[in-house]
Amino acid sequence: MISFPKWKAALVVLVCLLGVVYTIPNFVSKSMLEQLPEWAPNQHINLGLDLQGGSHLLLQVDTEDIQKKMLLSLKDTVRASLLPEDKTKRIGYRNLKVSGNSVTFSLRSGDDREAARQALLPIAVMMPTGQRSHLIEISEDGSQASVTPSEQAISERIGAVVVQSIEIVGRRVNETGVNEPTIQRQGADRILVQLPGLGDPQRIIDLLGQTAQMTFHLVNLSGSATSGSVPPGSQRLPSLNEEGRTYVIKNQIMVSGENLEDAQATFQQGQPVVSIRFNGLGGKQFGRVTSENVGRPFAIVLDGKVVSAPRINEPILGGAAIISGGFNVQGAQDLALLLRAGALPAPLNILEQRSVGPDLGADSIEAGKIAGIIGLVAVAVFMIVVYGLFGLVANIALAMNMFLIGALLSVLGATLTLPGIAGIILTIGMAVDANVLIFERIREETRNGKTPFNAIESGYKRAFTTIVDANVTTGIAAVILFVMGSGPVKGFAVTLGIGIMCSMFTAILLSRMLISLWAQRTRPKTLNV
Amino acid sequence: MKIKLIPEVTKVPFLQYRFITFGISAVLILLSAFMFFGPGLNKGIDFEGGIMIEAGFENAPDLGDMRSALGGLGLGQVSLQTFGAPDDILIRVQRQEGDSKAQMLAVEKVKVQLTADNGEGISYRRIEFVGPTVSAELVDTAILAVLVSVVAILIYIWLRFEWHYSVGAIGALVHDVILTIGMFAITGIEFNVASIAAILTIVGYSINDTVVVYDRIRENFRRYKKMEVRDLLDLSINETLSRTVMTSVTTLLALIALFIFGGEVIRGFATAMIFGVVVGTYSSIFVAAPILLQIGLTHHNEEEDGFKPSDDEAFDT
Repeated sequence: MISFPKWKAALVVLVCLLGVVYTIPNFVSKSMLEQLPEWAPNQHINLGLDLQGGSHLLLQVDTEDIQKKMLLSLKDTVRASLLPEDKTKRIGYRNLKVSGNSVTFSLRSGDDREAARQALLPIAVMMPTGQRSHLIEISEDGSQASVTPSEQAISERIGAVVVQSIEIVGRRVNETGVNEPTIQRQGADRILVQLPGLGDPQRIIDLLGQTAQMTFHLVNLSGSATSGSVPPGSQRLPSLNEEGRTYVIKNQIMVSGENLEDAQATFQQGQPVVSIRFNGLGGKQFGRVTSENVGRPFAIVLDGKVVSAPRINEPILGGAAIISGGFNVQGAQDLALLLRAGALPAPLNILEQRSVGPDLGADSIEAGKIAGIIGLVAVAVFMIVVYGLFGLVANIALAMNMFLIGALLSVLGATLTLPGIAGIILTIGMAVDANVLIFERIREETRNGKTPFNAIESGYKRAFTTIVDANVTTGIAAVILFVMGSGPVKGFAVTLGIGIMCSMFTAILLSRMLISLWAQRTRPKTLNV
Repeated sequence: MKIKLIPEVTKVPFLQYRFITFGISAVLILLSAFMFFGPGLNKGIDFEGGIMIEAGFENAPDLGDMRSALGGLGLGQVSLQTFGAPDDILIRVQRQEGDSKAQMLAVEKVKVQLTADNGEGISYRRIEFVGPTVSAELVDTAILAVLVSVVAILIYIWLRFEWHYSVGAIGALVHDVILTIGMFAITGIEFNVASIAAILTIVGYSINDTVVVYDRIRENFRRYKKMEVRDLLDLSINETLSRTVMTSVTTLLALIALFIFGGEVIRGFATAMIFGVVVGTYSSIFVAAPILLQIGLTHHNEEEDGFKPSDDEAFDT
């Protein structure tokens, strides 16, 4: 006797209803959704960047640059430790330099070994893990000494720089007015930037490609303006906007861009310029330098290039200044934006860019819809042709399967990608498999002379293990794709996995319930599967 | 009136043909290996690194002119192909020497040249750049993903059945994967991350098909204790044949809809899947089951395994 307990039937109906209810918001416009009461389901399926158009940028913080800077600053610290203010405590050394992953030097006298160790010890702070941040090694005779940052100190520093970079990247992206950007850390040293709706992110790429470290230097007038040797303590830097022109500037930083409070693009005598305002400290430094150097050129340097080097006509005491440097409007706006958002602590490299224009995204959705509907209809017709009434039951299960997939994708907030649509269409074909297994079994049992009720009963019973085995194996592939796959492929794994789960539910419970109800009501004498 | 794809009861002596089908499979595998190691795969930028731009033009441009114009930019190898329509062009540029700035500069150069030659009305449908680090990672992850899933499925089959079935299933699986990769090499369809997804799905599908046949073999071993192994395998394949064909047909119907209407971006994936479903169906009949006979599965193995039918599998006589 075919039995399908009432509570089970109620549960199946409930799940199916929920499936329909939670899929509906996807067919309702946003404005209508907002009018619904708060308890009503209102989650949409998120569209991936490949469907709504947008850009995916994977950035990597230049860790080599971080380590280099770390070692350079360590070198300064070592020098300061060995040559303190108190002249009696000074320790003679030579050859202080960065070599490999360490700062090395040699002591003038081996007798200073212990004193040097004591002087350097404060550098090697205790870290929360119980290890010291630096390894200090000094040979017996003092001729070879080194201070090496530990792996962990380096990775901690990199972590801090990455966090800081995310902050700056976020500010720069937000300043451009892109809609709902997501910026998140990925792995140890990567930053993932997603820009929905932006099919051509050239400007953002340009903005993120600059560290935007701005410094102000005096120009060394004794150096030749075009070529030749550079006096010590100075360097030759190219001009930002004038091809071929170089400046010789003094290395010492007079004022740093870190002390900027605001920057805006504006016009001066019809030319686009950037007006800047320093904070208290920066304003004071700027005032002092301009007071002491009236009549001399003052170079504004951005990422190793000279923006301009105007002559100081009079002391600038208010903390506000104008940078002019042959900008166009966009150039002035971008520079102002970069200065407002702050400098990146290390350069960023673009590892991966994937941009999809909005029209391709719309085309993909349209094509996916058409393919899905045609696939669905083809499979449905075929099932009815082959299995008749039972095929209709399988089709109801298939339709419900689609609703359940839609509902789960909506509720889980999963992202639907183009491969995800492919996964759903593939599921249409594979979802009927469970029903096919059952129906073929029922056919066989009928052939073996079983009564309709018994054939149905044992058809479901015997097909069950096969269905589980078959779906678990496909499920394994889906799970592994999800765990290891990247971006769009993950979307495929999600829909495939959800599709498999839903198809098992609809085949084992829903179609069984329908057929039980039908059999109980009509009490068929023969089965026409 | 209902149509039956397959007669109700079939008695095809599949095992009799096993040396022919083994031979066909062996030839195809050798051909795949030859194509893979010879001409090789048409690796997309996912695995090769580089730049890909899909641009839509108002009027179909002349590919020859465009090829020489872009070739003259000094960006190294530039390849062009129409993508679905004559006014939709896919441009692939090899990875540029230097850092990411060099890549972005190359994209700029291509765009400037295209605008100079074709005017402003170009819509950039896709712009992708994959750097060497990422492409190397994608290759590693892809290979690892395929290996891990094959091993995971192998373990599952081993737990659910016994080792002969594991060997047979993996044999069929490896067969399908090799032929699919061979198909990519022969047709020159771009091999990218989506292709890996296709291969993994084929792995799942192929196993799914194989498991259904194996389930029946195991069941028949318990039912017909005296039957010759070879006849038993034939019987099991015949009993499941209708289902095997039905499921392949419904899956193919959905995939053909995807192939025809799903758009150009997904076409490569759909092609691979269609091929995989056909091969997967073939292998579950002609490779997976015959292997069991070749490696000497007998009644004895089944009994030794001490398998006790559970409630669900019990026979209601």
